[in-house]
Amino acid sequence: MALLQLKDIGKKYSGNQVLEGVSLELNPGEIHGLVGENGAGKSTLMNILFGMPVIHSTGGYEGEMFLDGEVYNPKTPMEAMNLGIGMVHQEFMLIPGFTVVENIKLNRENTRSTVVSKVFGKKLEVLDKKQMVEDAKDALNKLNLDLDYNLPVKGLPVGYMQFIEIAREIDKSNLKVLILDEPTAVLTESEAEQFLEVIKRLSNLGIAILFITHRLDEIKSVTDHITILRDGKLIKSVKTEDITTIEIAGLMVGRDFDITASSIRKFDDDSEIALKIEELYVNMPGEAIKGINLDIRKGEILGIGGLAGQGKLGIANGIIGLYPTRGKIYKDGKELPLNNPREVLEHEIAFLSEDRKEVGLLLDEPIDFNIAYTSIEIKEDFIKKLGPLKIVDKIKVRDHSLDMIKKLDIRCKDQKQHTRYLSGGNQQKVCIARALTFNPDILMVSEPTRGIDIGAKNLVLDTLLELNKKYNMTIIITSSELAELKQVSDRIAIITEGKIQTILPADADDRLFGLAMSGEDIKEVIN
Amino acid sequence: MEIIKNLYKKIGFPRLIITVFLIMFLISAVGLGLSLPDLLTDIINRFGMNAIMVLAMVPTIQAGTGINLNLALGVIFGLIGALVSMEMGLQGWNSMIVAFSIAIPLAIIAGYLYGLLMNRIKGQEMTVGNYFGFSIVSLMCIFWLIAPFKNESLVWAMGGKGLRVTLTLEDSFGSLLNDFLAFKIAGVKIPTGLLLFFAICAGLVYLFTNTKTGTALRVSGSGEKFAVSNGLNVDKYRILSVIISTVLAAIGIIIYSQAFGFLQLYNAPLYVSMPAAASILIGGATLKKATITHVIIGTFLFQGLLVVALPVINIVSEGSMAEIIRITISNGIILYALTRKAGDTA
Repeated sequence: MALLQLKDIGKKYSGNQVLEGVSLELNPGEIHGLVGENGAGKSTLMNILFGMPVIHSTGGYEGEMFLDGEVYNPKTPMEAMNLGIGMVHQEFMLIPGFTVVENIKLNRENTRSTVVSKVFGKKLEVLDKKQMVEDAKDALNKLNLDLDYNLPVKGLPVGYMQFIEIAREIDKSNLKVLILDEPTAVLTESEAEQFLEVIKRLSNLGIAILFITHRLDEIKSVTDHITILRDGKLIKSVKTEDITTIEIAGLMVGRDFDITASSIRKFDDDSEIALKIEELYVNMPGEAIKGINLDIRKGEILGIGGLAGQGKLGIANGIIGLYPTRGKIYKDGKELPLNNPREVLEHEIAFLSEDRKEVGLLLDEPIDFNIAYTSIEIKEDFIKKLGPLKIVDKIKVRDHSLDMIKKLDIRCKDQKQHTRYLSGGNQQKVCIARALTFNPDILMVSEPTRGIDIGAKNLVLDTLLELNKKYNMTIIITSSELAELKQVSDRIAIITEGKIQTILPADADDRLFGLAMSGEDIKEVIN
Repeated sequence: MEIIKNLYKKIGFPRLIITVFLIMFLISAVGLGLSLPDLLTDIINRFGMNAIMVLAMVPTIQAGTGINLNLALGVIFGLIGALVSMEMGLQGWNSMIVAFSIAIPLAIIAGYLYGLLMNRIKGQEMTVGNYFGFSIVSLMCIFWLIAPFKNESLVWAMGGKGLRVTLTLEDSFGSLLNDFLAFKIAGVKIPTGLLLFFAICAGLVYLFTNTKTGTALRVSGSGEKFAVSNGLNVDKYRILSVIISTVLAAIGIIIYSQAFGFLQLYNAPLYVSMPAAASILIGGATLKKATITHVIIGTFLFQGLLVVALPVINIVSEGSMAEIIRITISNGIILYALTRKAGDTA
């Protein structure tokens, strides 16, 4: 009899099927690995299991769940916890100013009754500090963790915070199932090892563990059973010993690509270098880059891929200078200043940010102004002189943007409409129109198709290809969608943990990409 | 129906209410026997007096530092300019030109320093500005007392030290612009010079907002991250906006005083920011967006309402309600605007 049983779980977000027919069984003491790319449906599944409000406020889920043979349908995380389900989140849910003990016992403090509480009720009982310390010590001991439990959490190493979160979960006396959402993502290698040890100990205590990670070697070494999700569907559920890391990687990313393979060009070592990056460090929170070297050839389209949080977004943001950067960047052999967007733009390098709404657009300005602005500021296009004054020529701006609106098929009321009221795809087209107007030598685009529909997606990608062909523009495209990178790029660099894991030709085997994203050394695996 | 709906949307609820009130009061004023030409003369005059101070709100709103609740800073340097020119005993155009030429450089320096402060307290500009205004006005109260002015018409008659609270401008530039090319039409006196001066100031500000620099200033306020990624130094444009605003406030108070006929010192500068802020918000500006049109509509409605409502209410009700109504309207409008989501019109 399985401890936890999921049957045909499905979930729709506003008509969009993000999860479909997923079934899963979890036995006591079992460590079950759940893998999948970003957007495969892992988090949604966890949210359903943990009764997160977002599920019920969007119409609930399909299918049935059973816990210990009884129907399990949690409406709130509180209910899930009471029934013995614990979850350790990707981001820490700890209060920095509280001590270790206080955090572990948060909202479940042991209390003693007093005279006052006997009269006025349970809310006024006092904390039983001694018992709390005992409990916390107990929980930490189970994790084999030696730690001063009176220290505030703030200032502890990241790894310890993770352990405290787990200690909090196992302190719940009825804990049956523990969900771990990418717990090792923020840990160093030795911390991760210690962490895996802890997980094994927990499973020996009879707790079933659902373990989400993208590090395939971890999954392989610690789990008993592996389930692979892709695009919201269960692809395979198998015993760990019956599958290899390469197979997992293939199943994780594999989908039918429609690559225009013939368009992939090879650039020789002696073709001209447009951008040379040496020992680049970018301090972008959550997407840090820790020392990369990269040559980008003139006229090529370089894709940058990798999982979220590994640093792929840091490269373009660092080059343009929006986040503190060190290292060396050369364009056509000339060194570029760092942390200075203006100079970079003046060197004909443009950037379309992944953060369309904040960085990419002025939401409360009209379309035409958005399209023209970079050129107005950097190149002084669309400007007429009136004595010493440089006046913006609104008529030229309008005419030009009407042109662009037609060319890129931007669906809008007119060119004076504010960009806030456009759909995601049309907003992105406005951004591209801005880059097109600026006409740089090198264009960096990040997540160009995030949150836009298929039709607009293709138009955006086609426009990028056209820019590349027509103007020989060098393009650096960063995306979390591998399929999209493969569709347009010549080469694809995969970033893991702030470094370049490998650079592959766009037509390389999907499994190689999957392995690279999971941080495997490709050469090692192939041999 | 659709047209009416669109028109209503364009005018907006607050402006509709105030316009209706203004018309109602005008009708009842005439009914109560007040002279319509006199009321109109007053409205136009007060519009010209106050409009430049309202104009001073435009640059800071555009650059994202919000409503400049510290107009007092500029006002103080405007007053100093006027005082120096009076101390020198100048008359007519000379006195006004000297007042400007002393006030403006001082306002530029003060605006620059205040701009540096604004960049350190991003996100709280309005709160800090408000209290900065209180502090500087109190500090200047000491200055007015000990300032080395000697001219007998400026200092207290007894003791011969310390500036008076209210100083008449009769001998220097009082009514100078109001009388310049002034004419009467159907009993309404049009202060051509005053209106012309505002038109020039507004024209310059309008021109500026359409230059490359003015555009960059607007972009800095509209989207800071967008601005940075397009190579703008946002802090620089914020400082520039504060400087322009402070200078306009200095010019504004000189114009106001000449129309009023008196220079008011000590606590008077405190009462400048709120009505100006209320005016531009009534005009349809938001905490993030303001244009010259908002200035004109807002000043006209706000001053119009005050001019017409006060005598009417004073006749209808017992006692003097004038000051109470003025403060209720201006603060009420600011409160209303602040409760709007940023970006929505009041």
